Amino acid sequence: MNNLRRYVTQLMGYPTAVLGLLMIIALIGVAMYTVITIPYERAIDLWRGHEESWAENPRNAKPKWVNYFRDGQLPETLVMRTQDPQASRIEQDLEGIRLVTATLSFDYHYDDFPSEVILFFTSKAEEQRPFVATTWILPDGRRIETDAQALASQQRVYLGLDNRVKRALGQVPAEIGLFSDQSGQLLKGTYQVEIQGYLFEESSDFDAKLVVYGKVHGWAGTDHMRRDLMVALMWGAPLALAFGLLAALGSTIATFIISAIGAWYGGWVDALIQRITEINLILPVMPVLIMVGTLYSRSIWTMLGVVILLSIFGGGIKTYRSVFLQIKTAPYMDAARAYGASNMRLIFRYMIPRMIPVLIPSFITSIPSFVFLEASLALLGLGDPTLPTWGKLLQDAFSNGAIFKGHYYWILEPAVLLMITGLSFAMVGFALDRIFNPRLRGL
Amino acid sequence: MRNGVLLSVRDLHTWFEMRRWGFFHVGYVRAVDGVSFDLRRGECLAIVGESGCGKSTLIRTILALETPTKGEVVFENRLVSGIEPKHIKWYRSQVGYVQQDPFAALPPFMTIRQILDEPLRINGIPSKREREWRIKQALTEMKLTPVEDFLHKFPHMLSGGQQQRVVLARARILNPKLLIADEPVSMLDASVRVEVLQLLRRTQEELNLAAIYVTHDLSTVRHFSERIFVMYGAQVIEQATTNELLENPSHPYTRSLLDAIAEPDAENARQMRVVPAGDPPSLLRPPPGCRFFERCPNAMKGLCENEAPPDFVLSRFHRVKCWLYQDEKVLPVEETEEKEIS
Ligand SMILES: Nc1ncnc2c1ncn2[C@@H]1O[C@H](COP(=O)(O)OP(=O)(O)O)[C@@H](O)[C@H]1O
Ligand code: SF4
Ligand SMILES: [Mg+2]
Repeated sequence: MNNLRRYVTQLMGYPTAVLGLLMIIALIGVAMYTVITIPYERAIDLWRGHEESWAENPRNAKPKWVNYFRDGQLPETLVMRTQDPQASRIEQDLEGIRLVTATLSFDYHYDDFPSEVILFFTSKAEEQRPFVATTWILPDGRRIETDAQALASQQRVYLGLDNRVKRALGQVPAEIGLFSDQSGQLLKGTYQVEIQGYLFEESSDFDAKLVVYGKVHGWAGTDHMRRDLMVALMWGAPLALAFGLLAALGSTIATFIISAIGAWYGGWVDALIQRITEINLILPVMPVLIMVGTLYSRSIWTMLGVVILLSIFGGGIKTYRSVFLQIKTAPYMDAARAYGASNMRLIFRYMIPRMIPVLIPSFITSIPSFVFLEASLALLGLGDPTLPTWGKLLQDAFSNGAIFKGHYYWILEPAVLLMITGLSFAMVGFALDRIFNPRLRGL
Repeated sequence: MRNGVLLSVRDLHTWFEMRRWGFFHVGYVRAVDGVSFDLRRGECLAIVGESGCGKSTLIRTILALETPTKGEVVFENRLVSGIEPKHIKWYRSQVGYVQQDPFAALPPFMTIRQILDEPLRINGIPSKREREWRIKQALTEMKLTPVEDFLHKFPHMLSGGQQQRVVLARARILNPKLLIADEPVSMLDASVRVEVLQLLRRTQEELNLAAIYVTHDLSTVRHFSERIFVMYGAQVIEQATTNELLENPSHPYTRSLLDAIAEPDAENARQMRVVPAGDPPSLLRPPPGCRFFERCPNAMKGLCENEAPPDFVLSRFHRVKCWLYQDEKVLPVEETEEKEIS
């Protein structure tokens, strides 16, 4: 207990360690918050990318904060519904046919064009489907009309694909044409969308939702499938920590026990363990994992198991063994035997306290290496297909040409988080190493 | 029990098996190769010999830290060698062990109090008050006062001399009957050696402990022990009372040792230095004859290199393994011991 307090005080003496610790605490905080607010199943479900979950997100939108670094404000997404209180709705009766005129209006003050405009309709009808026609009214009073069409129960109208709109705008894409004056300049002001619906049945009805997709979204941006990167960035934290921690824990304990057995019994047991270790060290880890990934399973938990299995006879055995041998042959062990200490007491009271200084720093510094290993696997396309990890984000970014298209945020965000993770554990690990192994202090 | 005999070592051999790559038998390092003696209560025995001759292995075997290949160690008429550790727990409290390097002998992660508490706990002294009292008592005895200043310190905070006194306190804290010290001062500064030796001596006298004291330094032996064993190549090649050995060294090796000490101007005049050139014999493949043959100035061709000399008895306590004394009586170990005692 006293020792613990001593170590903690010493650790606080290293500013880098304090910084690293704060970073680790922040990561753990984010991980816990994530797991509580977005449960595992929900995260997997979200990331599978049903269009419905993400329908109101723009594609490949930059994170909001890029607006702080530029002159003009990039637009955020605007969503208007006919059910909203500010939407107007007028109903007329035309000899048994009801004509519903719903008007959606919105102010547009951004300095750039939106990325897409879509109208979503939902309708109810028994036999004869409602019929709608839409008019786009610009701030300067110009009116652009769309085709009239019968509505399915769920229907999307991409304004850019509408024939009449196309004719009215010529070559200009809808998200630009619908938002510019006649000279092609961005037009700021109040826009209106007038939807005229003809309902042929008493029980028939329709609702409309206009989505003017922006070019920025949230604090993380979105990917090519409209998914909010924030989900993956946040879920990446618990996954990375869990993978790194479990792999580090599993491999450290396994290596520790194996090397202890070798050092304790010596002789052929030790020799056998050493030879197996040497062979295992020559076996490259990556290709084995790639084989498992391609031939067996890409589940992150399978990979975790394989990583731990491969590291049982890992390089740590050599280090731990040399320390064990040093301790085993230490004169104070003989002294303890000479005053009657049992094997159990020797192990728990004399050997383990001496191993902890070696074990803890190498355990801490090995955590990020496993996090990186998982990211590398994901980057090679062997990441868990269902889980949003940082490595998976990087892989998505690369395979969708993020660099060529200038979507730097897509690469930078996961990369920075990976680096923070690595750095924080490394800073704490190195400081611990110095505290526990004072001989290194002069270096 | 024979009168007064505390420890009896019978024909002790401790060989270490050498294996290549941990599998293939290469041979044995014969670190102790046939040693016998009796030690009486309160008696002090010194063992001298150059480095690597098997002194440490001998006392480690006596301490039951090594299992003898052959022979036995008997303490108060009870066999203690080659027995499972849990059945000789009683023996552990009977023997105190002082090692060469005091810093290495103390667990670096324990405070002095914890270090001294360990033997007491392990040997079943349940009362915390009694343990505390004995710890303080032992520290006071070793002049580590005021005791409170030392209890919470870690070994690395003490000087070498202080560390060795903690080791001494630990060896003594169970009130043993035998104290075994393996070159207890050779790692210490010359300035503190005398003090530590005096403490060792005083402890031994006050408690009437038997002691086995391994040393490099023949000059301190005289003050310390009644008998001296000279070891060479894993065997005791000469044994005698201290005075007899210093005045009448008989084995050529012992003589060269004492000559080295007598040299007035030599740098390490008081340290042991072996005069005849050459290396000690291989313990992996010891020579068939006398182990000192290669370096012996008195070697007799034809005899010494072929046949190992037995113990020849020069006087009551004086025995030599050397063909030069082949006219003297040869007695098997058992018989001479009986005679000594009667
Ligand atoms: N555990 C061991 N395994 C193998 N050889 C050993 C072992 N301990 C000691 N030896 C060998 O036995 C011989 C005697 O060593 P030791 O008893 O330490 O001598 P001393 O204490 O007289 O210097 C040396 O040659 C040493 O290398
Ligand atoms: S037995 Fe021979 S070789 Fe050995 S010490 Fe005596 S004289 Fe020298
Ligand atoms: Mg030694």
